[in-house]
Amino acid sequence: MSAKINTLGALETAELIRKREISVKEAVSAVIAAAEEKDKEYNCYTTLCPEKALEKAEKVQALIDSGDIDSPLAGVPVSVKDNICTKGIRTTCSSKILGNFVPVYNATVVDKMEKAGMITVGKLNMDEFAMGSTTETSYFGATKNPWDTSKVPGGSSGGAAACIAADEAIIALGSDTGGSIRQPCSFCGVTGLKPTYGTVSRYGLVAYASSLDQIGPVGKNVADCAAVYSIISGKDEKDGTSMNFAPFEYTAVLNGDMKGKKIGIPADYLGEGLAPDVKEAVMNAAKVFENMGAEVEIFPMPISKYAIPTYYIIACAEACSNLSRYDGIKYGYASPDAENLRELYIKSRSEGFGMEVKRRIMLGNFVLSSGYYDAYYKKALKAKKLVQKAFFDAFEKYDMILGPVAPTTALKLGESLSDPLKMYLGDIYTVMVNIAGLPSAAVPCGFDSEGMPVGMQLIGKPFGETEILRAAHCFESATDFSAKRPQMA
Amino acid sequence: MDFETVIGLEVHTELATDHKIFCGCSTKFGGEPNTHVCEICSGMPGTLPVLNKQVVEFAMRAGLATNCTITRYNKFDRKNYFYPDLPKAYQISQLYLPICQNGYIELDSGKKIRIKEIHMEEDAGKLIHDEWEGCTLVDYNRCGVPLLEIVSEPDLSSAEEVQEYLEKLRAILQYTKVSDCKMQEGSLRADVNLSVRERGAKEYGVRTEMKNLNSFKAITRAIESERERQIDAIESGEKIVQETRRWDDSKGISYAMRSKEDAQDYKYFPEPDIPPIEISDKWLSSIEKTMPELPDAKKARYINELGLPEYDTGIITGSIYLVDLFEETAEVCGSPTEAAKWIMGDLMKLLNESGTLPEDMKVSGKALGTIIKMLAEQKISRATARKVFEKVFTDNVDPESYVKENNLGVMTDTGAIRSVIEKVVSENTKSVEEYKSGKEKAIQYLIGQSMRALRGQAPAAEVTKILHEILD
Amino acid sequence: MQITSELISYLESLGRIRLTEEERKNSEKDLQDILSYIDTLNELDTEGVEPLSHSFPVTNVFSTVEEPFSMDRDLILENAPESENGCFRVPKTVE
Repeated sequence: MSAKINTLGALETAELIRKREISVKEAVSAVIAAAEEKDKEYNCYTTLCPEKALEKAEKVQALIDSGDIDSPLAGVPVSVKDNICTKGIRTTCSSKILGNFVPVYNATVVDKMEKAGMITVGKLNMDEFAMGSTTETSYFGATKNPWDTSKVPGGSSGGAAACIAADEAIIALGSDTGGSIRQPCSFCGVTGLKPTYGTVSRYGLVAYASSLDQIGPVGKNVADCAAVYSIISGKDEKDGTSMNFAPFEYTAVLNGDMKGKKIGIPADYLGEGLAPDVKEAVMNAAKVFENMGAEVEIFPMPISKYAIPTYYIIACAEACSNLSRYDGIKYGYASPDAENLRELYIKSRSEGFGMEVKRRIMLGNFVLSSGYYDAYYKKALKAKKLVQKAFFDAFEKYDMILGPVAPTTALKLGESLSDPLKMYLGDIYTVMVNIAGLPSAAVPCGFDSEGMPVGMQLIGKPFGETEILRAAHCFESATDFSAKRPQMA
Repeated sequence: MDFETVIGLEVHTELATDHKIFCGCSTKFGGEPNTHVCEICSGMPGTLPVLNKQVVEFAMRAGLATNCTITRYNKFDRKNYFYPDLPKAYQISQLYLPICQNGYIELDSGKKIRIKEIHMEEDAGKLIHDEWEGCTLVDYNRCGVPLLEIVSEPDLSSAEEVQEYLEKLRAILQYTKVSDCKMQEGSLRADVNLSVRERGAKEYGVRTEMKNLNSFKAITRAIESERERQIDAIESGEKIVQETRRWDDSKGISYAMRSKEDAQDYKYFPEPDIPPIEISDKWLSSIEKTMPELPDAKKARYINELGLPEYDTGIITGSIYLVDLFEETAEVCGSPTEAAKWIMGDLMKLLNESGTLPEDMKVSGKALGTIIKMLAEQKISRATARKVFEKVFTDNVDPESYVKENNLGVMTDTGAIRSVIEKVVSENTKSVEEYKSGKEKAIQYLIGQSMRALRGQAPAAEVTKILHEILD
Repeated sequence: MQITSELISYLESLGRIRLTEEERKNSEKDLQDILSYIDTLNELDTEGVEPLSHSFPVTNVFSTVEEPFSMDRDLILENAPESENGCFRVPKTVE
């Protein structure tokens, strides 16, 4: 049994542990063994922590045995994106500048998962500081797509999506600033949730763009993601932007149907630039929903055209400020040959950051600099208002919005690194959700002609996680896309 | 040419909250380096600020006390710059919607110094320069201590006005318990923006900003010096450069701070981690209700209702520590006039002689009030009262037990007093004869001798009475 | 918006970074492409629209601190590249 534990889902694993069919230690060992073996090929992890995890496994097992833990995921190993602080476990953001950084505190989500008996087994590769859509900007090398190792897994949570696809993990945590959970889920054929802004604490998430960042689950099925979300969500005193809302019950997702539900598809999400295979898969998904009794309608959302400029202005502005603290003084990389303070700053940062990060720092500095603030940053905040309004208007008519996650399936490694603008344009369907603060679930919905996975997203109203995850669950139950795994060498 | 000086002040005051503005660390002054520090105020990756409500309420109090409009919907912004004392490389401050706007402080002359705004922000850490090692050490204990920045309009025109403005502002901040305003601990600091122009000119001259001013004396000296420097420059045809200058108080001159090699642009933008602050009518009025009597009102009341001299009132109301002492003393002894006299007389003398500031004195109103009361009830003599007060000032003794233990109370045994006086009379036959021969003044000498023999512990009236009985 | 070599230098300076020759060569073109695209936002009519910085209208979020508390100093300094006498150590800040 234990040899295949790594292929299980999170709720499944927890169930076997609860029934004493497997031990927590077996679950942890299975994931670590799979990761150690397969990661030579896929490079999903930046750090594995077997000793700490096995030690923790014993403690959790004792709590389970004594009946002192009440959690749907007790004993389940979890893999965590490397921009989420884990006390005593290196947290690098896949950057040289934090290459040796070991946090002295836990992110709130990590504390919450630990309290629920989940065990962190390792940290996942990502685009440096979550800036990128391919995981190629990682200082620790690109992660490969398990469906085709010549292709990217997407990003920035590429490690999270790939490790789930490759069964190197049971469940993972990613973060989504402009599509960083959903797009790699789409490229790797797995499921993920970008929650409503403010429902999951950002405390301990190394900030990229504070007003857009959210942590969310990446998993093998909808129920697993819902269960993790029920554990990590909730108001946190340590995050001033976290909100009070009715507690989320993951079991509510598993029941209910699509009868009479109204689904809107923005016409602008189906236009120029969308690969025909992707379009076909999404339209087929729409039919699946119709067959289940939902009404699907295409509606115009012309503001979409301005999503990318708005996103990159806001994200880069916040990023250039958030990343100013990396200076070689308090933590992380310090250039060894800086002769004075100014050189310490410049050399540590120039040697410590990769080009994509430098580019976004420069863009951010540009849009905030005096003389340009009104024309760029302030303008983008007005556009943000209009993007949100467009969604709110749509929700007057529809219960949820359906669309593709990305215009294409996974690209070849190296293809977009040479052309940053092209990479940015790939975020067209995902960034609007972050700008508006909405929840969105990414679900596998087909394959392209080369057999690469295609994902769709279901966008919900603020706090509408139950609604979109229920729809995703209905879809998952009616199709078999989520169950497919890559053929591995 | 006849020049006038145009001065605006940016005053920073550290708030007397018990914990920092965005984290749970103590704001206590001093302590070993980096011991009042946590992951938040040291700017560790992933940490987030959460606002201390007390800071908002203190800012409201300061604003109400300086006649400001409270901005009902206000927000924080980020001010970005690189320096080792600022661990996040941005200071959370308020640029676009500061909490207080459009206030003023009125000088005694009736001139109103307008306050442009008061905003909340966080203090930076401390840099300790190690000359031997050629390095700098960074201590984040002060980092994240809440600050108010109080920005005046350029309405001040002399060092005297600046001093008066600052004294009034300090008194207001102390009265409202917003800050202890200890300049020596850096909890009140001022940056001076100064320019000169030909008297009557419409346009302002080019201004400079002077930093590092940490005493009233330094501020006065820096203003005089900078005014002269600018006038000299203009008169010799030079241009004034808009720059930041550092005042060196020991040398009595200011230096232009080296213009940085790197571009300086604070790139302010709305702080995404802190939701805006909305002040309801209810919240505002609850703060209004807690507002204490302010210095000007108190001064007027002391003059009009208590009948205190204007000069004394000015001194006492200038410091909350003196006010507190005065009010408690008056309460205990029942005589505001006597309380004020003692504060203006004996206390001021002792403060000056010992170089003590009112905020550091140990004297309590209860002790001083008790002394005054004992004196009024003739339990001690005036000379004893002064002696006891000195002891209270230095050692914080309890006056009643001190008098008792040292047997300093007034002699009430008339027989005993009479026998001491009789002895004095018998030893001073010459003076007695002079008195008897009509030299009235000679009795003064005998009173003095008797008081000395009685160690000042008998009432003077009683002594005089007994002497007359013996001699007449 | 036209990207010039001077603007690149200014942005390097603002961000305290220094590009290598190689990085610089590509940056001008890449930033030009990106900014030209970003400039399409000018076509959007935002007349009379209030800027939105926080997605949801939450206000007045305050901390609850009963007793002041801090972190152990060793932990504060644990990741410091250079420390001395309980302080972070940096090259001298005054000349």
